[in-house]
Amino acid sequence: MCVAIPGLVVETDGIVGKVDFQGNILNVNMAIVDAKIGDYVLVHAGCAIEVVSKSRAEEIAQIFAELESIYNES
Amino acid sequence: MNLEQIINFLSTYDQEDIKIMEVCGTHTASIFKNGIRSLLSPKIKLISGPGCPVCVTPSSYIDKAIEWSQKPDCVLVTFGDMMKVPGTTKSLSEAKAEGANVKLMYSPQEVINDAIETPQKTYIIACVGFETTTPTYALIIEQLENKKINNVKLLTALRRVLPALEYICETDTEIDGFIAPGHVSTVLGSEIYYKVAKKYKRPFAVAGFEAEHVLLAIFDLVKQVINMKHEVHNLYPSVVKPEGNIVAINYIDKYFDIKPAYWRGIGVIPDSGLFLKQPFRCYDAGSDVLPSENEEMLTKCRCGEVILGKITPPECSMFSKICTPQNAKGPCMVSSEGTCGIWYRFSKENG
Repeated sequence: MCVAIPGLVVETDGIVGKVDFQGNILNVNMAIVDAKIGDYVLVHAGCAIEVVSKSRAEEIAQIFAELESIYNES
Repeated sequence: MNLEQIINFLSTYDQEDIKIMEVCGTHTASIFKNGIRSLLSPKIKLISGPGCPVCVTPSSYIDKAIEWSQKPDCVLVTFGDMMKVPGTTKSLSEAKAEGANVKLMYSPQEVINDAIETPQKTYIIACVGFETTTPTYALIIEQLENKKINNVKLLTALRRVLPALEYICETDTEIDGFIAPGHVSTVLGSEIYYKVAKKYKRPFAVAGFEAEHVLLAIFDLVKQVINMKHEVHNLYPSVVKPEGNIVAINYIDKYFDIKPAYWRGIGVIPDSGLFLKQPFRCYDAGSDVLPSENEEMLTKCRCGEVILGKITPPECSMFSKICTPQNAKGPCMVSSEGTCGIWYRFSKENG
């Protein structure tokens, strides 16, 4: 139910926008995010709920870095 | 440190038994899809939590939705996963087969256009969900206000996740740590778990839905439990801020009041429901008149225990025998994110 998927903003006036999900372009409500064209947004039930701030690879690298000290604990 | 070392740690772990609850149904699905259980030592148990809003929606709510769908000039609009949820006598899917006016939506936004184009019909939106979905409904009310649309109403069964986690911590002391729901956290932020983590001395890891995300969250929680820590770690920083999405939170606060609410299979949980505030009650389709207490499940159905992580689905005598996705007796079998449905699907796929 709470599934949300990222898509690329191709058009937005701050209230409604068009978001590209791997070639499918859908109308999305943009009212609760501060997104501009070229941003990736996380979309749930036709509504963008957050701007995606880093790529998946960057994120996983960051998590590994944060857990490094935990890994070395006893 | 790399993923191989993490998997090695988790598969050879040989200290105290640890029980970790993944709260969100989407995590449960990811754990099965990626075969994560098979990578863990038998000493690390994953327990599926209450994170499927469809599964906890009361049968009286379904009855009310069906009632609307059978009225002349009314259209009941819903997400697809509500269709097969059993009401007292039937599901929305069965009602539709009998001629009721039920329409599926991808987004509640579509309903605004339908309502403008067809003013002679009244559209009832079945608003089910957690905090991830609630802002979407708040945006609908705002548009109804601004555009002066008066042929749309909301039948709400909106629930808050945090009170359910507190309820679990109060009633079940066996869960050692929680994988927090990723997209609820996108809206509410990772900081909301601090209070519960501190009060009940349980660690939380906010996680995304890829295999790496889930494995790293389990690793983090196991390490925290071993070291007797109960911190909240945000392992999904690409879309979860500590403070959440403030605009979305303000939308929820503007349009919804917090009240006690009934969870199917569990009972009434204090402060766990979101209901339309007084100035906007004109848009409510009778969400409050639903009986909220002592709603009986089928006597043999053990969805309540499944939702609270007390049993796994195969421990229920009906599971995969008389209760299947095609003929669901309990709500957890219905939804693609319900624990029983996920167990059923993956146990069939894996022989």
